[in-house]
Amino acid sequence: MPHDHDHPHSHLPSDPALRVKALETLLTDKGLVDPSALDAIIDLYQNKIGPQNGAQVVAKMWRDPSFHRQMIEDPMPTLQEMGLYGRQGEHMVFVENTDAVHNMVVCTLCSCYPWPLLGIPPGWYKSDAYRARAVREPRAVLAEFGVSLPEGKKVRVWDSTAEVRYLVVPQRPAGTEGLSEDELAALVTRDSMIGTALAQDPLTEEPGA
Amino acid sequence: MSRIHDMGGRLGTGAVDPQDGYDFGEAKDWHKRALALNVACGFLGQWNIDASRHARELLDPQDYTAFSYYEKWMGGLADLMVDRGVVTVEELASGQAAGGAPVSERAAKPETVEAVLMNGSPYTREAAAPVFAVGAKVKTRRPARNVTVPGGHTRLPAYAAGAVGEVVLQHGAHVFPDSNAHFIGEAAEPLYAVRFTAQELWGAEADPRDEVVLDLWESYLEPVA
Repeated sequence: MPHDHDHPHSHLPSDPALRVKALETLLTDKGLVDPSALDAIIDLYQNKIGPQNGAQVVAKMWRDPSFHRQMIEDPMPTLQEMGLYGRQGEHMVFVENTDAVHNMVVCTLCSCYPWPLLGIPPGWYKSDAYRARAVREPRAVLAEFGVSLPEGKKVRVWDSTAEVRYLVVPQRPAGTEGLSEDELAALVTRDSMIGTALAQDPLTEEPGA
Repeated sequence: MSRIHDMGGRLGTGAVDPQDGYDFGEAKDWHKRALALNVACGFLGQWNIDASRHARELLDPQDYTAFSYYEKWMGGLADLMVDRGVVTVEELASGQAAGGAPVSERAAKPETVEAVLMNGSPYTREAAAPVFAVGAKVKTRRPARNVTVPGGHTRLPAYAAGAVGEVVLQHGAHVFPDSNAHFIGEAAEPLYAVRFTAQELWGAEADPRDEVVLDLWESYLEPVA
């Protein structure tokens, strides 16, 4: 482990883009990194993994009671079968919004996030402001996302301090009984699975109340 | 005694910008490259996820504040690389490789990297049964600190130190970061989700309806009668 007051990184170029380039070049020259492996990693998280995965799970939970029960009671075997498994998603817990409780997820210590289901976290999730305030004043943060909750609803914030990853199951909007799984999945935004939005209302195409 | 990364509850950070960084596909190329470099270097097997988090936490507070997110990752990565003897400070400074590295045979390969990442890396281990039942009242350690390594890594945030809460989930035994980050063993312990009222953590100004749940290892907790 590096030690306090000992920061080799300060020897790298000061411009961040050049710093990354310098490190990649050095590590490539030493045989520690294959640039085409970096391309493959970027392709995976840019094109194959993202919030559409989590949205598919939520939509299926809304429609299928036995799948819903699996996701609440013991989700990992089923997620593995579905190929929705991998680094940063080994230990998933689904937390459901109800008329009484609104759930919200943060990582105050770093930026833990369920990669296989939501992809790479957005900038705001990793910001000092979100990490500092989500636990202390979640309702003020929700207001910045345009969300106001009905009087009497509890906010429960999950601080991801371990390798367990939490995904919020938003409430299913009213009037969606006839929709297909794909149509429902289109209502499940990334932010609604972090808890900073509600599922979209199909009537208004706005985050529903 | 908390470090700069321990952000929970910090005052003065300003508003959250929901438009910041909407999609990884839209990120700058060097952000993508930095993420991929960090992921790829993990394949070398010279550290673990807890050590890589700790390396970022050890950044100078001025750097931590000034650095954008992926700069923190690059800083931690470069420091770890030197600390673990994979590269030298001279190589970082000159940009010139002074020779190969024995661990290069473990480097991530384009044809297998996706399968390895999709294969996951579970953190559950066989260990002693949990002491606390769901519903048990527990109190967290205060101050939040690593009791084995002074100034070392811990996952108990300062804002939750010395607080009384209730166990809501048992997660099984998980690798213990306070040990694993320092390469002194995985030392798995039972892990729990513990619920605290917002007022227990923040005082009377917090909303009396609200709660915060944290994942906490057994040795962070003591029973409350």
